[in-house]
Amino acid sequence: MEFFRIRRDIPFMRYTRVLNAVSVVAFVIAVFFLATRGLNLSIEFTGGTLVEVEYAQSADVQKTRHAVEALGLGEVQVQTFGSSRDVLIRVPVRSGVKQSEVAEQVFAAVCRAEAGTVQRKEYTTPQGEQVSRPSCVAAQGVEPVRLSRTEVVGPSVGAELATDGAIALTMTVVGIMLYLAFRFEWKFAVAGIVANLHDVVIILGFFAFFQWEFSLAVLAAVLAVLGYSVNESVIIFDRIREAFRKFRKLSPPQVIDHAITSTISRTIITHGSTQAMVLSMLLFGGPTLHYFAVALTIGILFGIYSSVFVAAGIAMWLGVRREDLVKASPSKEGDPNDPNAGAVV
Amino acid sequence: MNRYPWWKYAILALALVAGFLYTLPNFYGEAPAVQISSARATLKVDTALLERVQQVLEQSGTKADLVQLEGLSVRARFADTDTQKKAKDALSAALNPDAASPNYIVALNLVSRSPQWLSSLRALPMYLGLDLRGGVHFLMQVDMRSALTKKVDSLATDARTLLRDKNIRHAGVSRDGNMLVVAFRDTAMAASARDLLSGQITEMTWAETPEGSEVRLRGSLKPEAARAIQDQAIKQNITTLHNRVNELGTSEPVIQQQGADRVVVQLPGVQDTARAKDIIGRTATLELRMVNDSAEAQEALRGGPVPFGSEKYLERDGTAIVVFRQVVITGDCLTDAQPGFDNQTQEPNVNLTVDAKCGRIMRDVSRENIGKRMAILLFERGRGEVVTAPVIRGELGNRFQISGRMTTVEAADTALLLRAGSLAAPMEIIEERTIGPSLGAENIAKGFTSVLWGFVAIAAFMCAYYLLFGVFSTLALAFNLLLLVAVLSLLQATLTLPGMAAIALTLGMAIDANVLINERVREELRNGAAPQAAIAAGYERAFATILDSNVTTLIAGLALLIFGSGPVRGFAIVHCLGILTSMFSAVMFSRGLVNLWYGRQKKLKSVSIGQVWRPGNAAPTPKADA
Repeated sequence: MEFFRIRRDIPFMRYTRVLNAVSVVAFVIAVFFLATRGLNLSIEFTGGTLVEVEYAQSADVQKTRHAVEALGLGEVQVQTFGSSRDVLIRVPVRSGVKQSEVAEQVFAAVCRAEAGTVQRKEYTTPQGEQVSRPSCVAAQGVEPVRLSRTEVVGPSVGAELATDGAIALTMTVVGIMLYLAFRFEWKFAVAGIVANLHDVVIILGFFAFFQWEFSLAVLAAVLAVLGYSVNESVIIFDRIREAFRKFRKLSPPQVIDHAITSTISRTIITHGSTQAMVLSMLLFGGPTLHYFAVALTIGILFGIYSSVFVAAGIAMWLGVRREDLVKASPSKEGDPNDPNAGAVV
Repeated sequence: MNRYPWWKYAILALALVAGFLYTLPNFYGEAPAVQISSARATLKVDTALLERVQQVLEQSGTKADLVQLEGLSVRARFADTDTQKKAKDALSAALNPDAASPNYIVALNLVSRSPQWLSSLRALPMYLGLDLRGGVHFLMQVDMRSALTKKVDSLATDARTLLRDKNIRHAGVSRDGNMLVVAFRDTAMAASARDLLSGQITEMTWAETPEGSEVRLRGSLKPEAARAIQDQAIKQNITTLHNRVNELGTSEPVIQQQGADRVVVQLPGVQDTARAKDIIGRTATLELRMVNDSAEAQEALRGGPVPFGSEKYLERDGTAIVVFRQVVITGDCLTDAQPGFDNQTQEPNVNLTVDAKCGRIMRDVSRENIGKRMAILLFERGRGEVVTAPVIRGELGNRFQISGRMTTVEAADTALLLRAGSLAAPMEIIEERTIGPSLGAENIAKGFTSVLWGFVAIAAFMCAYYLLFGVFSTLALAFNLLLLVAVLSLLQATLTLPGMAAIALTLGMAIDANVLINERVREELRNGAAPQAAIAAGYERAFATILDSNVTTLIAGLALLIFGSGPVRGFAIVHCLGILTSMFSAVMFSRGLVNLWYGRQKKLKSVSIGQVWRPGNAAPTPKADA
């Protein structure tokens, strides 16, 4: 099989004006939604309490909401999580409410709504582990609702995580720029970073527009995308450098076209493979990994686009010349036809 | 040209064997076990206990598969839960003759079923995070300001003692924030005091400032001393937490410092947050102070103003008591507290042991105050309570006892409170997470299926598209997974659900290296290179690109590792390790396979890398096809 049978170099650079206009528009829209709607930050960033409960039968979200709202804890979010039996309850930080007790109060209220009382249940699992956990016991000893997970985050921790996230993002950008500038040239460094920050902003724009929950895992995905799509640009830059050396007669746009065309097959296959993994996560990973996988999907799709069109386009506009690259690194590769050229591993 | 020297194959073989060996423990699952840990800070868990446990098990006829000493506990593994329960009863009966105040905590638990020869190679199963096995996570903030305040207070006491010993008269030592202020009537006294204090209290820098008719000597904490105090405070808190957490009988509690002033506590398998919090959150600090029995103090008890330098506290039964502000000793120097019985009266009592320095202080103070009362105060979240205020009967030393007005239970309680180790500084829970055990198992299953199906999809595509080279790539990817799991097991890095996502993502990205190589080889073939030369050139040229692209990914991974916390960190660790192992497997291992397969064939006609299409030819040449 061979999917890509390209006879001539595709003149990508002829369309940069149009493609970059598309990018600018997408970027502006993303920034607009980020500014107007903001991100729906998870409690890891904002602080607050999260309680996940599992009902024996399909959950009645309205009933649960009424039960929790009656506690007067402020704006409580109640929604199903993954399946119809799992319900997620989010309680914001509120001054005057002792945070460490909120989770217990919420579970007690949910339990009461099912006509049960919270008791401590102690037993040994069939595997032989001692367990002691709070459980909701209703009539005839049935357990109408179980506590699956709680999370309590103090407001100060949340603020710190947000700062740390911003620092991580900055350090990644600076680190990658330095590496690209060192390995290639500052024009490539700028082009690579602009292209990939554009990806990041667009992912954030999606999260702002749909008000998807932005958690720490999503932040990790965003940063992974940053590293990943820069990698994409690097491969194209690598080819550009090689083509500058090899084809002395081609103009810079032609060289860039050649570099993109000769890597397009690898670009599509690699991204396809990575996307296959991410898709598998999206399908089988459950609700916890859902938005993580969503962020990666958007990142991968825009990663192809931006590294091919945006990064190369910006590099061209910044005026990369043969002298920038060829002089910078004198022929360190030997003659490709040298029979003695062994593998460098 | 496509031959590896033997040592390269040896390295690959070694990596393969090591990979299998360290991945192996993950397949054994868990077995029921009994865990024995110390219930007292003073009782060490050592080989003597190990032997005793073995003895008890032999006598009771419960055969353990394996008994071993691990960290702070002895664990005995059993074939089934029936034996496990019987063994637990036998061990409890033998090790804890007095059930009311147990010496050891005997708890049911699960441990890895992997055989001993693997464990002795330090091949252990991956360390699963709480989101995969269920449990409780706490992040606690240590109140450093109060640790500093406490230290300055104790330095104030030192200063007073020093000045008194040298007969330097002063007009009062007081604390102002983290500064000590000593007032003097004349400069000569102040100067000699400065010499003395600078020499003796090296934690502070001392400076004189004239103020009206008085001269004040101000001591401020040196930054390095402040750092040392904070360091010590957090270390002591961690030790104390270790002792307390033992009571829960969890298999592998994690208690670690995070940042300058935080402690992470993770208790796998624990579901009962309320109880865990109760035990961990006993943020108690202990202080011994003299009771003020003066007339003004008596007046204060009837509602008058509390005399200067004293404070009013309530006893546990609710009666008020006035104590001096000055601290005689703090709980820091308490090394042991045990309930017992008085030799003469047979009344329940608590026996206390303090370290040498505090012993000296106790001796001095008690000699001067025979017949007076000394209060033991317990501070919980800033609120003080008098545990007991016994009368000093004689000169005390390192060991002394508190007796009277106590029942056996009260004595045991008091001892526990004193013994559980006082915290150097109070702590507050700022983050709390509990994950149910079924959710953990579900998360493992989800993470596993994601990796599995993603892998299958990639493998199927690679094999179909690149034929034999695709098979090599798939094998290299499988080798990468094996190495990654082995490295994670070896390092005992915590695997979380985001970590499993990172495994999947890393595999998805790692295939990039092989795609690059395969595409390069095809390109060389397309340009008319001979098969052997095409393989060599393809690998060589792709390598620079692979290195560049992995470095950029690694930069992002390292930034996440350094600045991330919680789930992000779990993701970053696996991601970074995965990039490193993929460099090895995708380049060296797949090359090894190719060399092994093609390297020996001198007159290689074609390479099985799928169809190589040549522009210009009307029909694709089948020549390069397999």
